[in-house]
Amino acid sequence: MKLSEQLLSAKEIAVGIKNKTFSATEIVSDTLGRIEKLDGDIHAFLNVTGDQALLRAKEIDEMVSKGEDPGILAGVPIGIKDNICTRKVATTCGSKILNEWKPPYDATVIEKLRSQGAIVVGKTNMDEFAMGSSTEHSAFGPTKNPHNIKCVPGGSSGGSAAAVASGMVPLALGSDTGGSIRQPAAFCGVVGLKPTYGLVSRYGLVAFASSLDQIGPFSRDVDDSVLLANAIMGHDPLDSTSLDIDTPPIKINSDGGVRGLRIGLVSEFLEGISPEISEAIERACKYLDAGGGQVESCSVPSVKQSLSAYYLIAPAEASSNLARFDGVRFGMRVDGKNAEEMMVNTRTAGFGDEVKRRIMLGTYALSAGYYDAYYGSAQKLRTLVIRDFESVYQKFDVLLSPTTPTTAFEIGAKIDDPLTMYLSDVCTIPTNLAGHPAISVPFGYDSKGLPIGLQVLAPALKDDLTLKVASYLESARENAND
Amino acid sequence: MNNENLITEKDVAHVAVLARLHLSEKEITDFTVQLRSILEHGRDITALDLADIPPTSGPIPLENVFREDVKGGCVDKSEVLSEAPGHQEGQFLVPPLLDGSE
Repeated sequence: MKLSEQLLSAKEIAVGIKNKTFSATEIVSDTLGRIEKLDGDIHAFLNVTGDQALLRAKEIDEMVSKGEDPGILAGVPIGIKDNICTRKVATTCGSKILNEWKPPYDATVIEKLRSQGAIVVGKTNMDEFAMGSSTEHSAFGPTKNPHNIKCVPGGSSGGSAAAVASGMVPLALGSDTGGSIRQPAAFCGVVGLKPTYGLVSRYGLVAFASSLDQIGPFSRDVDDSVLLANAIMGHDPLDSTSLDIDTPPIKINSDGGVRGLRIGLVSEFLEGISPEISEAIERACKYLDAGGGQVESCSVPSVKQSLSAYYLIAPAEASSNLARFDGVRFGMRVDGKNAEEMMVNTRTAGFGDEVKRRIMLGTYALSAGYYDAYYGSAQKLRTLVIRDFESVYQKFDVLLSPTTPTTAFEIGAKIDDPLTMYLSDVCTIPTNLAGHPAISVPFGYDSKGLPIGLQVLAPALKDDLTLKVASYLESARENAND
Repeated sequence: MNNENLITEKDVAHVAVLARLHLSEKEITDFTVQLRSILEHGRDITALDLADIPPTSGPIPLENVFREDVKGGCVDKSEVLSEAPGHQEGQFLVPPLLDGSE
């Protein structure tokens, strides 16, 4: 598939609408046309809310004609991962069990987007309850990678990544529990940011693993991720883990590039990565060096055990969070002769294999006699990860790594082997355990034409630094001769 | 997480009951193999000496978060019930809790 190079960025759309260069109605109609044309092959969307989007576009146009400012995302179309609640619009989490459930409320991020003029055009596909790394675990069929439709787009926010990569929308929201924004961003060649835990409200995000989940932006360039991050950040009393701090808008001052920044290249993240990604890392280091950055190798030992800790902690939290899907208050119900049988029948019919596997793993890890050995040890490992990062950030401002050990794999390649699938998250998971920000930024392609993503990590609340370094890495694209 | 403590089919069947899932014989066999390989991968944690390390449950040290005790808005009851699989007289309707004789 040929990806259009002439697409407008979110920034250009918002400015153009405010300047009346074009109308929100024209932009939304264009977007809906592109979705109509492309999504038959890609399957990024589970539900396109065209009528509502056009109504909202009309409202934005009226505001502009009256001289009112619709906000920083005036008239910008956006795709929303289908685990983020949208009032009266089906929210499926990629699962049969929710049975086209229509939430009676909007997630906080949806209200914030609306107040900044963004226009929701649809809900994007995902691995069921965000459990997966390929979108193949969606109950509604996989999303395809726009760069090669035989390949997965990554996951779990694969629909959002593919929708942005294929040019259907300039922006999308995803959620990242162990890499579910960054890994699909890398596979699809777009920018994906996991903000610091607590910077973006999780109210209305259907919980997977509450101590790890975070909502964040997808976009085609770093500037647009800054714009979207600024629209959704901020304290929310409805989320008790929301940070009660001032969050001034992020501004990246790209003057000076990365001059003087101390950049650590994490050796543990380079083990077992593909040679072409290894070459990309080398090129990135040279480019950072040329820009005045000080790149040095470093070690974060406990990231090696992070994957193991994550696959105990996340399923443990999930087994508890997903207990609410019992056929009583929402979603599907499969009858039984008593309430318990109804619950068992409903959950058995409603959940897919991967969700059942994680519920089983989590229930086991939390069960009597095994708690200390599994969940308890994993929580201790989490302490080590935080300490190791603290120590390495004494010497470095940011860390650099590949986002993924390989580029996108083919659909079906890993579906029968859960552990191999889990290993594609090995570079992204430690950030979630620590609650830190990290971004994936496209950095070239492999010989098969599949995008390579690099990850920039920073300490808590240094989201702006990840964006600044990503913005510099992105400029390599403009400076490259090819 | 010793060798002799590998998860068995019996464990998997028991956990399924706790998790309110009905698994077929084949699912029990498959899950046992898969969970075993995932849990075995987790042995790299037990190889570390973690005796003196405190556990971390989340990235932010949290204390109880309270709000002012004032009446706020809430979602519409009829809208909530309209999305439930069964409701009657303003309440969620479920099958009998104790047995199915009625």
